[in-house]
Amino acid sequence: MELIFSLGIGVLVACGIYLVLRERTFSVILGITLLSYAVNVLIFVGGRLMIGAAPLMLPGRTVHADPLPQALVLTAIVIGFGMTAYVVALALRAKEESGTDHVDTVEPEEGPR
Amino acid sequence: MSHALIVPILLPLLAAAICLTGHRNGLTFQRWVSFLATLALLSASVLLVASAMRGEYSVYAIGDWPAPFGIVLVLDRLSAAMVLLTALLALPALLYAMGGADAKGQLFHPLFQLQLVGINGAFLTGDIFNLFVFFEVLLLASYGLLAHGGGFLRARASLVYVVLNVVGSMLFLAALALIYGMLGTLNFADLALVLPQVPESDQALVRTAFALLVIVFALKAALIPLSFWLPLAYGAAMAPVAALFAILTKVGVYALLRTSTIVLANAEFTANLFEPWLVQVAIVTIALGTAGVLAALRLSVVVAYLVMISTGLMLAVIAVPGVASAAAIIYYMLHSTLVTGGFFLLADAIANERGEHADKLERGPQIRDPTILGSAYLIVAVAVSGVPPLSGFLGKVMLLQSVSGSPWRLPVWIAVLASSLVVALALARTASVLFWEPITDEPRPAYPPTSVLRNLGLMALVAASPLLTLTSGSVSGYARAAAEQLVDRQAYIEAVLGAAPRIIREQRPR
Repeated sequence: MELIFSLGIGVLVACGIYLVLRERTFSVILGITLLSYAVNVLIFVGGRLMIGAAPLMLPGRTVHADPLPQALVLTAIVIGFGMTAYVVALALRAKEESGTDHVDTVEPEEGPR
Repeated sequence: MSHALIVPILLPLLAAAICLTGHRNGLTFQRWVSFLATLALLSASVLLVASAMRGEYSVYAIGDWPAPFGIVLVLDRLSAAMVLLTALLALPALLYAMGGADAKGQLFHPLFQLQLVGINGAFLTGDIFNLFVFFEVLLLASYGLLAHGGGFLRARASLVYVVLNVVGSMLFLAALALIYGMLGTLNFADLALVLPQVPESDQALVRTAFALLVIVFALKAALIPLSFWLPLAYGAAMAPVAALFAILTKVGVYALLRTSTIVLANAEFTANLFEPWLVQVAIVTIALGTAGVLAALRLSVVVAYLVMISTGLMLAVIAVPGVASAAAIIYYMLHSTLVTGGFFLLADAIANERGEHADKLERGPQIRDPTILGSAYLIVAVAVSGVPPLSGFLGKVMLLQSVSGSPWRLPVWIAVLASSLVVALALARTASVLFWEPITDEPRPAYPPTSVLRNLGLMALVAASPLLTLTSGSVSGYARAAAEQLVDRQAYIEAVLGAAPRIIREQRPR
């Protein structure tokens, strides 16, 4: 399970970084979204992976999941969601102001790359 | 005293809520609420400094949950001084904004107050996840403020600033996830206790986590190579917003200072985290900032580069741990925040009188009142470049003295002195273009009406450096005492966790 999780986080981060470095704002937003997914999963894993363990002290249970990362990840999801929404609004505004969705808000010169 | 500690966070939050719910009542209503709240914030922070001056820690457990299980706010001399600094900067910036800038978009006042919530919270918190939350509060407000006023330049600067900071927040979260995963706590004092017990097999990962954290703080403080957003964003923001932003980079410096002295210095494998690179990078920051001052085409961009230089100066000294360097950083932080904030306002005041030439560094029409604005410029320029006799000079002397025992003494001295010389020359050239070479054969543009509020805000910040110089004895004494308290880790830990903390931790399944 650890291997699957770490591979998943790694792939998400790799794709996120690639997309964030792209030249169109839409890809950048997708990249930010992927990065925030990766980070959220990482926080969750910070409390260790356990199967069938509740984050509650129930009578008779000896194994508990750590409840704190679950609270942290909730905060992180809310903040990440709000930020992403703002970036979307801002990207639309920049497109409106400049007429292009390039991240530099200037359309690059045509020509051999 | 008990609840006084949370006032600097609750008061602006309340003001923001009132402004937001009552924003249909018009701008005058918002202005009064915002002004009164900031005034009250200033008096509250004066009281906090007065109580911190005695040298005791005040710890406020939110919801009365004891540390490390709950979140605590910690007031010591340093955080009290930073909260006071925020209020001292915010009030003139707000007055200046009330002179007309706040009418150029919606919801200026709620955003301004939320920005204060975030800044004060970041200074007061004793919990690293809470620090993240307050960082986000101040960032979200700053995104809104940066875009305030609209226009192509601001949309463009916002896009860069926001994307960069969102990615920075992701790094912050990743660092926190690793720190919590490895150390099992997020409270500063508790982290300091747990850190020396980390088994050797885990040390590399813990070190990486803190390195990520340091990168995030370096991004906020605008250290090369993470500082290219700063001239773009600060140069595009409206003057009162840029003036308030002058303290945002200092939040990064403060976080670095706090983490390195309380937590990192406590274990051998993290104590040398800054050693191999920070001084060098800070010197490059100073050099590039100086080059930026020479190359900038607009006065507000010049000031943005000056902010970057001040970051470089402080971080070059942070790398040399000790009471003297911390005291120098604290004094310089007070000085440079107020002076660069005032410079942003001054650049706008000059731009207002030059019609379409604005603050471009080119010959333009005659300024209406060259004596008053010119004297203000002289005071600010002397203070910011570190020429005697004003506070910039004292601050730089303190910084230079504090590195005198370090092997990096010579490069730091050369960088600081050369940069001061170049900045002084560049500012003199700028002054002669702006004030002494007016175009006289063209019709002058109509001068905008004068605004008492704007002048008041501007003069208050311009007077900051002379006042800091007159009171330099007591201010540097306070900075010294704050630095001594800051490096006294044991006292901090005892104040937060109690004299003999016995925290029962359940062993994690491995």
